[in-house]
Amino acid sequence: MNLDLDERTLAFRDEARSWLAANVPAEPLKSFDTAEGFAQHREWESRLADARWSVVSWPREFGGRDASLLEWVLFEEEYYAAGAPLRVNQNGIFMLAPTLFSHGTEEQQARILPKMARSAEVWAQAWSEPEAGSDIAALRSTATRCDGGWRVSGQKTWSSRATFADRAFGLFRSDPESLRHKGLTYLMVDLRAAGVTVRPIPQLDGEPGFAEIFFDDVFVPDEDVIGTPGEGWRVAMTTANNERGLSLRSPGRFLAAADRLVSLWQEAGRPAHTADRVADAWIGARAYQLYTLGTVTRLAGGAELGPESSVNKLFWSHLDVALHETALDILGPDAELRGAWSDGWLFSLAGPIYGGTDQIQRSIVAERLLGLPKGAR
Amino acid sequence: MRFALSGEQEQFSHSLNDLLSDVDTDSANRAWAEGDPGPGLKIWRRLAELGVTALAVPEKYDGLGATPVDLAVGFERLGYHCAPGPWTDTVAALPSLLDDELLTSVASGETLASVAYAPHVPYALDSDVADARLAVENGRLRAFTPGALLSSVDGSRRLFPPVAGDDLGTALDADRAFELGCLATAAQLLGAGRWLLDTSVAYAAQRKQYGREIGGYQAVKHLLADVATALTLAEPLLFGAAVTLDRRDVSAAKVACGDAAHLAARTGLQVHGAIGYTAEHALGLRLTRVRALVGAWGTPRFHRERVLS
Repeated sequence: MNLDLDERTLAFRDEARSWLAANVPAEPLKSFDTAEGFAQHREWESRLADARWSVVSWPREFGGRDASLLEWVLFEEEYYAAGAPLRVNQNGIFMLAPTLFSHGTEEQQARILPKMARSAEVWAQAWSEPEAGSDIAALRSTATRCDGGWRVSGQKTWSSRATFADRAFGLFRSDPESLRHKGLTYLMVDLRAAGVTVRPIPQLDGEPGFAEIFFDDVFVPDEDVIGTPGEGWRVAMTTANNERGLSLRSPGRFLAAADRLVSLWQEAGRPAHTADRVADAWIGARAYQLYTLGTVTRLAGGAELGPESSVNKLFWSHLDVALHETALDILGPDAELRGAWSDGWLFSLAGPIYGGTDQIQRSIVAERLLGLPKGAR
Repeated sequence: MRFALSGEQEQFSHSLNDLLSDVDTDSANRAWAEGDPGPGLKIWRRLAELGVTALAVPEKYDGLGATPVDLAVGFERLGYHCAPGPWTDTVAALPSLLDDELLTSVASGETLASVAYAPHVPYALDSDVADARLAVENGRLRAFTPGALLSSVDGSRRLFPPVAGDDLGTALDADRAFELGCLATAAQLLGAGRWLLDTSVAYAAQRKQYGREIGGYQAVKHLLADVATALTLAEPLLFGAAVTLDRRDVSAAKVACGDAAHLAARTGLQVHGAIGYTAEHALGLRLTRVRALVGAWGTPRFHRERVLS
């Protein structure tokens, strides 16, 4: 057991560190849930792509560096330590791309991934429906077979990034007789296609981070089906494990935030009433970093992400909220002012809700990891 | 970088587990608490044959010169099975305190040590059964004689205030001894927490109330899922600390393993209900062991301060 990096990996990390130091925008970008901020983020991600830093773990042909998982983790640590912005195309890069790598055709990979790498196409996720949140097997939007593709009707909601994004991915019921997990098809949809209406929904911060998407007989060509029609649930599970697991929340984010929290606490004169919680935030971020390195080792040894993704998500979603609430308590009366910490706090509050609520994750851990009897959710 | 146990370490853990599952540590703890160390010492000798007592002893004294990671692997299983005796003192701390022939008999399992370490280990453990009694203060070693027995919340931990005697000179590496003592304690906490989780899950899967297994109720499931999450994320801190032996990492591991084990203990008692509150049930042995170890080798407050310093 060791945590030593070989020379090649160290060189990779140093190169990333130097590039980020020279290129990360000095002024924080505006929120990517505003039109202006969205454009700024798209521009930033295209600069990242020019230097091949936008998707380091992808094959070179799609814009990556063929970096190992370990190198990816190290890159993410450097990225957030340098104060670089959250990724506007995170739904595409961290959720859709792994699905395309596992289930997409060569044609789909070649057509979609290079544009995603430079955020020339930004993706929204379209999982939830008004009657189907964490229980996405209850969804009702339909896809009906037609000549050369599918006709899609229905409604998606709480769709992150859809207000300004170019395309969306999600599950649609392709067999009207089917129940629950069966008869679902995984589709990619052009948000500018005829019959699509996007209605922005402001989030807690007032910005339109969510949207409802209405589909009125929208044509989706066969080339935009991922995997076998009717098998969408199985395809989607790859995506869900990635969202909850390794990809979406890299340890670098929490480590960087925990280090900022320790600095904030020191600058505030080390207030005793928050000392334990500041220490626990750092301990949690370090635990998550080391846990991720363990996961990287297991994956490199051929293991696959299973229900441990749920353990992962339960841990970081709680950590993120606790870390930000601690910062707000240190700030005292100024905590209510809008700023990086209050914005980060609002952002953290979504963690225990999306990608399957914490309650759903606990049931998964209890049943699939601990083997407790299945019961009504 | 390879952050996972090796095949040999996994094998060592399994062998230790097999042996400790065969011997009756619960009765040994109860006898130990009543002043009869016989059954516990029998277990000590069996574990010595497996090499546990030789782990951190250098090869020149017939030890294994093993790494702190190996120590953490061993102590996790000792904690899981709640082995009685001064394991931390003898196996983790002592080999870093002196460079002496005494270590040969430590390695073979003949010598047990009881170590007080001012100010974080004010009472020495099991000084009545130990042959070597050492007090560490400001990097110096003293022999001590034990004062009157103090009662621990965990009856199988017999505590003695050290009455310092002869100065034995400068400790070999007092800081390393302390870090390893903290690490071994964290590992035992993680192990104890896992026993509490495993036992509570097994109980919840068979105990019925209102016509169904209590483990089928979401309220119970979610409590146990939180314990599993806490233990799962405490483990990498333990092994990360074993790899680096960095003070901040060791303290992070001690806090996280203590918190996770404490959550496992409280949850375990809640899941078991009244049966878990009885002296006959083994749950109580772990519950009180966990509480004792949370404060041993540095309190949570001390370790959180080190994380922030």
